[in-house]
Amino acid sequence: MGFRVEVDRGLCQGHGVCASEAPDVFAVSKQGELTVLAEQPPVELRRAVELAVKYCPTHALKIVDEA
Amino acid sequence: MTAAVTSDHHDLREPPRVSGGAGATGHLEELRTDPVELMRRVRAECGDVGQFRLADRDVVLLSGAEANEVFFRADEDQLDQAEAYPFMTPIFGEGVVFDAPPERRREMLHNQALRDKFMRGHASTIAAEVDAMVAGWGAAPDARGEIDLLDWFAELTIYTSSACLIGKRFRDQLDRRFAALYHDLERGTDALAFVDPYAPIESFRRRDEARAGLVGLVQQIMEGRAAEPLPAGERGDLLDVLMSITEPDGQPHFSADEITGMFISMMFAGHHTTSGTAAWTLIELLRHPAEMAAVVAELDALHADGSEVSYQALREIPRLEAAIKEALRLHPPLILLLRVAKQELAVGGYRIAPGKLVGATPAISNRIPADFPDPDGFVPARYLEPREEDLANPWTWIPFGAGRHRCVGAPFAMMQLKAIFSVLLRSWTFELAQPPESYRNDHSKMVVQLQQPCLARYRRRAGG
Repeated sequence: MGFRVEVDRGLCQGHGVCASEAPDVFAVSKQGELTVLAEQPPVELRRAVELAVKYCPTHALKIVDEA
Repeated sequence: MTAAVTSDHHDLREPPRVSGGAGATGHLEELRTDPVELMRRVRAECGDVGQFRLADRDVVLLSGAEANEVFFRADEDQLDQAEAYPFMTPIFGEGVVFDAPPERRREMLHNQALRDKFMRGHASTIAAEVDAMVAGWGAAPDARGEIDLLDWFAELTIYTSSACLIGKRFRDQLDRRFAALYHDLERGTDALAFVDPYAPIESFRRRDEARAGLVGLVQQIMEGRAAEPLPAGERGDLLDVLMSITEPDGQPHFSADEITGMFISMMFAGHHTTSGTAAWTLIELLRHPAEMAAVVAELDALHADGSEVSYQALREIPRLEAAIKEALRLHPPLILLLRVAKQELAVGGYRIAPGKLVGATPAISNRIPADFPDPDGFVPARYLEPREEDLANPWTWIPFGAGRHRCVGAPFAMMQLKAIFSVLLRSWTFELAQPPESYRNDHSKMVVQLQQPCLARYRRRAGG
């Protein structure tokens, strides 16, 4: 099953934890701006994205499953 | 629910008031003696939005997911944090800010010590500090003894936080005196500060003496460094950097008082919080031997591949993490988070007038039965996949707060706690030295600490 990453921009503070957990999916600039590199990452990156969701310091990330 | 700034507020009601608090200072005395009971009653009598009174000020207390979401999503123009903690000013000193707005915090995050990429270095620093503390327990195969959990973890976390945030050089110039004075500072957070932060009471007097004592210790260290330049090959730390900043006439820019204020504030958020959580995690694991056995087995399995604690502390350690989270849920280091309303706000059909204090309460929200079944039980399994009750309840699982102001040190704190227990449980076993139900928090100060005595016994593990 595919999935999609959702960012709550009102919560993201640019800590960059997601970019450490899943560097192929998230990049955070020096100014703390988050870029989602892959809105619908391949399934093999799911575990890494789950860890990014889990360890995000502001709980700004969500995985949405897609049929 | 949204934090709508109200233009049309005639249909909004005043939040209901909780019982009690009939005297001139309202609920101040109750907040100073049994704040958890006061806040529990607010939710029981008023629901998600209720009020109590602190002298001449109302405090609107929020709980539950909807009201908490409004609180944690609000920006500075709606709910301001800077003015909400008057008891911190005499501790940090005038001019040292309690917190910065999110935009500034975001900037500061990029070059500072809590950044993710520094974590591995911090993990090994912390492991070394735990090793140094337990070295005092002796090397004998049957080494054993007793510690006071508050004193022991408070001292350890002075060393870890100073080493990680200021530098190893500064940490190595500290001893137990610094920890003892720091503890008196933390005890100087009586809620009476909402009325008068300089009221003539014992804990405030000791607070001010302790701050002067810390300035004296830092002054001594600074004089020593000024007399003797940094030895070749040794790395300078933050204190060296601050001391190197001078005025055009060559005089130092920062006084010992200012530098001490900065150090106190840098260390404050991570000190009593981590110390208390370490102690409560150990107490709860000792109260629940099956959970302790699971955590020890998990750590032993991770150690079996020969990896360093510094590496291990950055890995997933699900059972240990779950135990720490559950200790945090049941015994949150901060029981009341405060803001000042800068505009009129609407929460759940109620009006919050500008100027009111607004609070969210980890002590109460963390135990809402609908979100956390068996709310008073120690149930680490609630964090394991797929339950993950912390992620499922982002607005009520709030030991670290939530939203924009969520604790920036949370990943550092979890890493630190994992490192501490990785070292401690590898070579030592523990047992409670008092009846299990006798351990409790002292809620007479805004900075919650374990009530003493809180003794535990340690013994070297067979082959450990």
